[in-house]
Amino acid sequence: MKPRSAIPVASAALALALLAFATPPVAAADTVDPAADAKAFKKFFTDKFPKLKPEDFVNGPYSMNEDLHKQWEEKEQFPPYEFSLEAGKEMFSKPFKNGKSYQDCFPNKGIGIRQNYPYFDEKEGKVVTLELALNRCREANGEAPFSYVKDDMAALTAYMAFTSRGKPFDIKIPKDPRALEAYQKGKEYFYTRRGQLNFSCATCHIQSPGERIRAEVLAPALGILNAMPIYRSEWSGMGTTSRRFTTCNSQIRGVPLDPQADEYRDLEYYLSYVSNGLPISGPGARP
Amino acid sequence: MRNTVLKSVLTALLVAGATSAFAASEDDFKAAYAAAEAANKEAGSLRNQWTTTASTLAAAKKAADSGDFDNAVAQAKEAEALAKASIFQATSEKERWKNMEIR
Repeated sequence: MKPRSAIPVASAALALALLAFATPPVAAADTVDPAADAKAFKKFFTDKFPKLKPEDFVNGPYSMNEDLHKQWEEKEQFPPYEFSLEAGKEMFSKPFKNGKSYQDCFPNKGIGIRQNYPYFDEKEGKVVTLELALNRCREANGEAPFSYVKDDMAALTAYMAFTSRGKPFDIKIPKDPRALEAYQKGKEYFYTRRGQLNFSCATCHIQSPGERIRAEVLAPALGILNAMPIYRSEWSGMGTTSRRFTTCNSQIRGVPLDPQADEYRDLEYYLSYVSNGLPISGPGARP
Repeated sequence: MRNTVLKSVLTALLVAGATSAFAASEDDFKAAYAAAEAANKEAGSLRNQWTTTASTLAAAKKAADSGDFDNAVAQAKEAEALAKASIFQATSEKERWKNMEIR
């Protein structure tokens, strides 16, 4: 083997070896108890950040230190998501070509219901997110689906989140083994290391909230979806939960899955459930 | 001085000869690329492909298209190693994730 090819192959072999010894041997955790998980999850964060009230966690990095919190308060005077919110409100009430509108697809005409999404659809046997429900509504009424990651979808979900502001997340896990399985798969996805950088969601959002990763302050996993969708300065625009998940994957050098892949739906179900009781604060703004 | 120049020329000739004797062919590249693609496909079935595998595969193809089969084979082998590492990661994480769980 020539030196030119030997070096990269050797470096990959070293990466493999590091992966092999990165974590200690496995301990069993086979019982699935979402209520106990949620309790332990909250306790972990409230113990780690004893000065914060539980509802502060929904402000993500802005809850992590005083300077950032001041920045957030100033930002909220003229929030960068306002244009998107206005657009979403207009889109939401505008009828489709067939005369129906989004209001016809949702309980309570779509107002003040964001805290109930995602939910487990027992008929389908899968998790249904708000973004998915919105596109299904469009398709059922003869309209083309929107991109899941930004623009129109972000505007619609921004408006729906706004009508739910202050309402606590209320995710239900019905007595259906498939629902429990979806929850468990979401949890597994959250803790599973992936990508060449060998990061899991938990690496950043459990092990290191409040710490910096380059110029960013990492958000705590507790309440991380309550502010969705968000305006991110880094994106110079709005992004949905789908955008957050896919970009997290690519940042750790993993190939992102399709937005609304089963894994992401399950992940959203898990993360939302463990934040039950914390208020919806979306749309949000992030650095 | 003359000796040093002579030695350098001889060394250069020897290196050039050795390199051409082991230069990779298009068939070598095709075999290495197919192996890398197969490994990356397996990583895909485990829902755990790496972006670096894809970019290294693309670099291998680009080198082959320009006729640089030495580089193409080296890149393809690197891509295969990356894909195998992603397979290892996905397989070992099937149980290891539990170590990180908050309980």
